[in-house]
Amino acid sequence: MTAQAELELETETMTVREAIRQALREELQRDEDVYLMGEDVGLFGGVLEVTSGLFEEFGEERVRDTPISEAGFMGAATGAAATGTRPVVELMFSDFAGVAMEQIMNQMAKMHYMFGGKAELPVTVRTTEGGGMGAASQHSGTVHTWIAHFPGLKAVAPGTAASAKGLTKAAIRSDDPVFVFENKMIYEQSGEVPTDEDFTVPIGEAAVEREGDDVTVVATQRLVGESLGVADSLEGDVSVEVIDPRSLYPLDTETIVESVEKTGRLVVADESPLSYGTHAEIVARVQEEAFFSLDAPIQRVGTPDTHIPFSPPLEQEVLPDDDDVRAAIERIA
Amino acid sequence: MADFDLDSADGRREALRRMVTIRAFDEEAGDRFADGEIPGFVHLYIGEEAVGVGACASLDSDDYIASTHRGHGHCIAKGLDPKYMMAELYGKAEGYCNGKGGSMHIADVDAGMLGANGIVGAGPPLATGAALSIDYQDRDQVAVGFLGDGAVAQGQVHEAINLASTWDLPAIFVVENNHYGEGTPVEKQHNLENLSDTAQAYDIPGVTVDGMDITAVAEAVAEARERARAGDGPTMVEAQTYRYRGHYEGDEEPYRDEDEIERWKDRDPIESFKDRLIERGELTDEEFDELRSDAEATIENAVEYAQETDSPDPTAAYEDVFADRPPELDRFANVARTDGGANGGDHR
Ligand SMILES: Cc1ncc(C[n+]2csc(CCOP(=O)(O)OP(=O)(O)O)c2C)c(N)n1
Repeated sequence: MTAQAELELETETMTVREAIRQALREELQRDEDVYLMGEDVGLFGGVLEVTSGLFEEFGEERVRDTPISEAGFMGAATGAAATGTRPVVELMFSDFAGVAMEQIMNQMAKMHYMFGGKAELPVTVRTTEGGGMGAASQHSGTVHTWIAHFPGLKAVAPGTAASAKGLTKAAIRSDDPVFVFENKMIYEQSGEVPTDEDFTVPIGEAAVEREGDDVTVVATQRLVGESLGVADSLEGDVSVEVIDPRSLYPLDTETIVESVEKTGRLVVADESPLSYGTHAEIVARVQEEAFFSLDAPIQRVGTPDTHIPFSPPLEQEVLPDDDDVRAAIERIA
Repeated sequence: MADFDLDSADGRREALRRMVTIRAFDEEAGDRFADGEIPGFVHLYIGEEAVGVGACASLDSDDYIASTHRGHGHCIAKGLDPKYMMAELYGKAEGYCNGKGGSMHIADVDAGMLGANGIVGAGPPLATGAALSIDYQDRDQVAVGFLGDGAVAQGQVHEAINLASTWDLPAIFVVENNHYGEGTPVEKQHNLENLSDTAQAYDIPGVTVDGMDITAVAEAVAEARERARAGDGPTMVEAQTYRYRGHYEGDEEPYRDEDEIERWKDRDPIESFKDRLIERGELTDEEFDELRSDAEATIENAVEYAQETDSPDPTAAYEDVFADRPPELDRFANVARTDGGANGGDHR
């Protein structure tokens, strides 16, 4: 469904956090085989309060607190998915994927393939990414590139409340392992969210969040909202088209390429480190498909290959934001 | 109950047949590997047959097992067909995993076999997960995670046992203590006399049994299964056993001597079980010879099948990465096959 069509549905204003919670609630109601598990997702309601209230509503069988053992419960979710249930795991901070990487990369990602397609792995992993909270390096990482890079895993990363709901629901309904990367700085951001229980955002479909003619900005997560703000502020000078890919793997190359063919200019804004990552993938695909449409060098906005430091001035220094997006647009417009 | 169990004469004979089939399979696999017909790594189960077969004798056919890199024995014990197993070892399209898994990854989830595993210690979390599905859906099954003595040192194993214990899941962890992790003896890997003592940390029963005695293994697993089904949580069963062959085929085994191997062979699990059945009047020497030649014929047929059946079409390499295929697979797979041709659609 395009962003346009989504807006034609009946909507309600809610935050990204509420949108995800709503998605979880609806899917728990819809399918008995779906249950949530993770550290403190139950009575505590999740460290960033996404699952708050669901324990009371659905009980401890369906909203399960796990021991603090990422490898153990990520592996258990994989085994459970292969044997007939649909676990939705909360990995408290995406940085902790390191602790569970064996189960993620060698079991979850490979089982369907190695078994010749004879095991389904409907597991969803929700996890938080991003700096901006002074949480320092081990709680602020943006690691979606790792996951998007692994064959066998799908990765989505919502930038709006509507896509947060739609992607979460699509992830839970998917028969593949899907990671949902939630940027922790936009949980409070609100937007119009379709209330229809069948509303999902298909994995692999980008959204044109704002149409424009001069520059295409492909932005993810927090940078979607910030790029929209920049686009508004440049109205009259530069006409900016903002695309949220929403799904990082698979990636909707077509929508991005179509836009670049129209505008001839591209900025890619994503919070992950700049080297070898998400930006590079988008850039590579655009140059493969639309090289001769480009009128200017492609610009990348991201974290300059550092970890996220603790001290607020240091953190602000390295985190990409709307000023960086604006500067990138101005360099080529 | 199981499709065979040690409480009946038929079940005992079936158990013996499975043990003999495992040995025939693995001897043949070793030979075919030596001849260069089977690619990759091959880890044989010879000497350990009483553990896998004993455990599976106490399982229902729809119970789950998660296996190790030494998985052929578990597959046959669970009732998988040697024909498709051998085809998998040969990398053929008709193998259990369509040639994508090989010796170290044979799986058949529908048969309750959640895969051999190339990662030491990775099976127990998967078994805990299967036990979670069972518990969640109130199904009357259990899940067994097999692991080696070396794997007991892996962190994720302990996370899996802790989780299963905390949630009272119907899981059983069967440690196959064959006394070596590759070339390092168990005493150099653990400061414990009995590995089953680790169970104490999780407040679950841990027992150590003679893994050369199929009955001892089966009884321990049967008890664990009762406990699991009653909702009382997991059990750890350590079976003391021995592998006659090297860690992998081609291993020169500088770490142990012939005497040690011979001492264990004196207590061979197949010979001793056979002798018991003969003593009980349930089997004659002739019948045993027949059983063995049947098993050998089965494996011969399996090899013939594996040799003759088709290799996968190369394009199958791009299949089954996902249940729902993403466009990337067509995009990149096509490029890989176009002999260096230009990518993409922008030929202006
Ligand atoms: C995580 C991991 N580390 C190391 C290896 C290499 N490796 C394969 S088998 C093995 C020994 C395992 O010993 P044990 O668990 O006792 O099983 P056994 O081979 O004796 O059946 C090792 C170290 C591996 N496959 N996976």
